[in-house]
Amino acid sequence: MTPATKEEFRDAFRRGSAVAIAAAPFAVLFGAVAVDNGLSVAEATLMSATLYAGASQLVGVELFNHHVAPWLVVLSIFAVNFRHVLYSAAIAPHIRHLTFWEKATSLFLLTDPQFAETERRADRGIRVSYPWLMVLGLSVYVPWLFLTILGAFLGNLIGDPKAIGIDVLLPVYFMGLVLGFRSRAHWLPVVLASGAGSILALHFVGSPWHVSLGALAGIIVAALLPLDDAEAVAGDVAEGEA
Amino acid sequence: MESLFHTQTLLIIAAGAIATYLTRVGGYVFITRMKRIPPRAEAALNAVPAAVLTTLVAPAAITGGWDVSLTMAIAFLVGLRLSLLPMLGVCWIVVMVIRHLIV
Repeated sequence: MTPATKEEFRDAFRRGSAVAIAAAPFAVLFGAVAVDNGLSVAEATLMSATLYAGASQLVGVELFNHHVAPWLVVLSIFAVNFRHVLYSAAIAPHIRHLTFWEKATSLFLLTDPQFAETERRADRGIRVSYPWLMVLGLSVYVPWLFLTILGAFLGNLIGDPKAIGIDVLLPVYFMGLVLGFRSRAHWLPVVLASGAGSILALHFVGSPWHVSLGALAGIIVAALLPLDDAEAVAGDVAEGEA
Repeated sequence: MESLFHTQTLLIIAAGAIATYLTRVGGYVFITRMKRIPPRAEAALNAVPAAVLTTLVAPAAITGGWDVSLTMAIAFLVGLRLSLLPMLGVCWIVVMVIRHLIV
């Protein structure tokens, strides 16, 4: 290993570990909530291994419990993860030099922090290499997987989730994510439209339709409102999930 | 313990994983083939996370009982100041105090 490669590995591992520590409670939370919502430990682990996207995993298991139509669960996961489309579009210039399989594998690990770190490295004028991307991604991925398993086993021991306050963690977590996007264009009208839309839809149509109908209300509002300058729309792609 | 896997759950996870992977490669594939996204479509896409996530917050805050409603109101205020993890900690303490010391 050349000193330069070694330095790349060290940098990627250090950054990845910091992300893994910050994400650790959510991995445990996901494991516990998944089991609480009727998934087996193996299913929760498989979900962490193949989706590897915290918010959408939590949305997914939340809907499992509501006996929602399967296609709607998948659509909701897709909707929550849609921001990745913007991420992979934004980092395209930095990873263009990679081979097909290098792109195919490193993009599997594309998360909010992976995106932010990649952008930051490219901003500093450093070429984003395949080993750096993989070490960064895997040093988050592997702990994520093991902490999911830990959480799932802890979840099995938990009797009444209300008594230990686990039931509010999910809505609070989503509230935090919503607030994380608050610097985006037309955030308040979108949130008000989605919030009102989902409450009305829950009342008049019922679960699970309140999710898609409420989201649709917010998205339509965003599309219809006068456009800001391009900067406001594209400016904060790095925000969102912790 | 129950069986390791249920067929329907497995199918949902597989489809969800494929959908997620498509979002991760989709932007790259799209942008390397296209010049420009229509501004209205971009504005709509930009609103997707807040719009979807809000629908998971609002009904819970309204229908979960007064203890949940109060906790969510505090979560909103706390969330304006703190990042996700401290926010979770504060709100967890709040709801535990309400349920075990006040009620």
